[in-house]
Amino acid sequence: MFDILQYSFIQNAFIASFFVSIGAAIIGYFMLVRGLTFAGHAFSHVGFAGAAGAVWLGVNPIYGLLAFTIAAAIGIGSLGKELRERDITIGIMFTLALAFGVLFLFLYRGYAEEAYSILFGTILGISSLTVLITAFFSLMTIGLVLLVFRPLLFSSFDPEVAEARGVPTQKLAIAFLILVAITVSVSVQVVGVLLIFTLLVGPAATAIRLIKGPYQTIGLATVLGLLYSWISIFLAAETNLPVSFYIATLSFGVYLPVRLLVKKNI
Amino acid sequence: MSTPIIELENVDLTLGERAILHNISLTINEGEFIAILGPNGAGKSTLLKLLLGLYKPTSGSITVLGKTPKRGNNEIGYAPQHRTLEADLALRARDVVGFGLDGNKWGIALPNKKRDKHVEQALDEVDMKHLADMPVGKLSGGEQQRLLIAQALLTHPKILLLDEPLSNLDITNAQVVVSLITKIARNRKMTVLLVTHDSNLLLPVIDRVLYVANTHSAIGKSEDVITSEGLSKLYNSPVEVVRAKGRLFVIGEEH
Amino acid sequence: MIELLQHQFIQYAFLSGTIIAIVSAIIGYFVVLRAQAFAGHALSHIGFAGATGAALIGVSSLTGTFIFTILAALGMGFLGKRIQGRDVEIGMILSFALGLGILFLKLYTTNANEAVGILFGSILSVTSYDLLLSIISACVSLLLLLIMFRPLLFASTDPEVAEARGVPVQLLSIIFMVLLALTVTEAILVVGVLLVFALLVAPAATAQHIAKRPLTTIVLSVALGLAFTWGGLFLALFLHGPVSFFIAGLASIIYLLAVPFYHTISPHLYKPLPHADRENKFTVEI
Repeated sequence: MFDILQYSFIQNAFIASFFVSIGAAIIGYFMLVRGLTFAGHAFSHVGFAGAAGAVWLGVNPIYGLLAFTIAAAIGIGSLGKELRERDITIGIMFTLALAFGVLFLFLYRGYAEEAYSILFGTILGISSLTVLITAFFSLMTIGLVLLVFRPLLFSSFDPEVAEARGVPTQKLAIAFLILVAITVSVSVQVVGVLLIFTLLVGPAATAIRLIKGPYQTIGLATVLGLLYSWISIFLAAETNLPVSFYIATLSFGVYLPVRLLVKKNI
Repeated sequence: MSTPIIELENVDLTLGERAILHNISLTINEGEFIAILGPNGAGKSTLLKLLLGLYKPTSGSITVLGKTPKRGNNEIGYAPQHRTLEADLALRARDVVGFGLDGNKWGIALPNKKRDKHVEQALDEVDMKHLADMPVGKLSGGEQQRLLIAQALLTHPKILLLDEPLSNLDITNAQVVVSLITKIARNRKMTVLLVTHDSNLLLPVIDRVLYVANTHSAIGKSEDVITSEGLSKLYNSPVEVVRAKGRLFVIGEEH
Repeated sequence: MIELLQHQFIQYAFLSGTIIAIVSAIIGYFVVLRAQAFAGHALSHIGFAGATGAALIGVSSLTGTFIFTILAALGMGFLGKRIQGRDVEIGMILSFALGLGILFLKLYTTNANEAVGILFGSILSVTSYDLLLSIISACVSLLLLLIMFRPLLFASTDPEVAEARGVPVQLLSIIFMVLLALTVTEAILVVGVLLVFALLVAPAATAQHIAKRPLTTIVLSVALGLAFTWGGLFLALFLHGPVSFFIAGLASIIYLLAVPFYHTISPHLYKPLPHADRENKFTVEI
């Protein structure tokens, strides 16, 4: 089984998913705490349009992903407060983005295959250049989060007091959304647009029920994310079924019993 | 005018693992205006829900208007704790009030002049006829509260249950609502049970006070119930009642 | 243009599109009122697994979608209030359903075109069987909605008082979820799994900002839904582009334009009448 590790595309897959898992665990934890899981899901759909547009223009999809998701982050961050309204507006915005995604795909005749890989992930076809880009953005994101870790944590749990204490909550909020956008763009390569939830939220949601404390939760989430990704790469290489399917199944399969059996910790 | 209209005998209510009410016995007579007081979480709202048939007592018996409480009784009007209706809810004041009339009947409401008049009359009684076509989200807190009361009054109930109608209102609005309720209750000879946090506004108009705390209750005239000994007994721990500047303060309440 | 309408597949497209737009707009009104847009979104993703699973075992994908979504709806309905605010749980289930869908897809065919059709709509390949199912589903949904209208409206606006008045709030919630499942399945046919929002939520959400009472809101919602669908179909046929792009594009853009527009003009629409009692919260200079 381990002889597949000789192949460079498998090595690339492992390395890329290593970086992605760490970033996803950290960002996913904060998304949970700040109640932004739906927004994260929305970003991935928006990213799809960007990726499709990039493909149509003949550019590496990740640039399209980054451009569109960051734009969406700034847009959503500037929206008002009322929740019900906002969810619907976000939903319709990403519907519009997806619609453009359809258009771009349609215009680029290679249509279905590209759509398939953006939607469902292409970790097994990832190039060394993309691995480098992934590593770069992941490390940058992780670094930035570590920099603002404490004020971010503070404003996530108690925004009013944090504000009173001088934490620039509004700016942090937008900055955080941008980091979500970047993480989503990078993670999309592993699991694709549609299953982003399973890598971004799944490990963190599971960890948060098992262990107390932000650092420990993020640590566990990272371990889980790594396990899911690496095991899935093996399984996919052996059985020829999509990696993202295995990741989704593992993530959900572990989350479900934890959710049902473990009393909420937080 | 001493006909009992609500009777509780040795009523216990346990929800999940929590005992909410224990061994409550009391009688409320027709036409009385009762203020229900007590600390947060004591079970005041739950008591109302028992009277509405939304909860069943774990033991003991409840009789309302001579019958066991059952959901959907048009003889009881109910306005639960005030929630702000969303700002762009596409419903007019008259639509929301109209629910009180036939919101539980199947089908759709066909345009009906008699029904409209009925709704407008109810709105008039709470001084809101001019706002009948205003979207509810645009009404102020006091207006929304009066709307919910109008809704509760539509079926000409014999009993009116109001859960914290005054909590989100400023003094002026609260006074308006209190005098409105008093006037309507007197005109219609209704029995009113009103849950509130602050008794001071109501003391001049109520007949008796029902104090709920620590799973127990005490009912009687305010000067008899809201006393240091009376409440200390209820809470099973020292409580002091202070009268200052014509108002009542209960100290040592939080548990 | 008229010659286009001679073709049966285009007639079917317009027919099914019309029926589905109407039902979606009306159910959508309640979806927005009850803040259940995410549930609808989740149902569509679960429908994806149903569609691909059905294709895998050789059954019509529409049938598969119906079955999966109705089962999921019943589940969500019975969980009731516990579903409220459960974004994480719903998101996980929805993602897992997608994962299953991908598996079925991979097993069924290496042809990615199937996926695109289910994900982005296939109204131009509607069969007579699909059309028949749509008509039946629409009739059932509209009939039930008509019967449930008043109590559902009451329960959606004020569940506590409705319950006290004898409205079977829980039962209505379950039935509504099933109707939502039926509607979502139909909407998938027109715009695909990923763009369901365009038919289900956009018309109703837009109408809700403009109209001020239930009846006019619903009528406006239906009108918008039909406008988006027909407009989308015509544009697609004329410009030779993907139908779902045009429908979803129209729907989203109109909503995104209408909302800020009405927020700025709406304070001016309701002038407070002079009355001694009224607090001056809404005095407005026109």
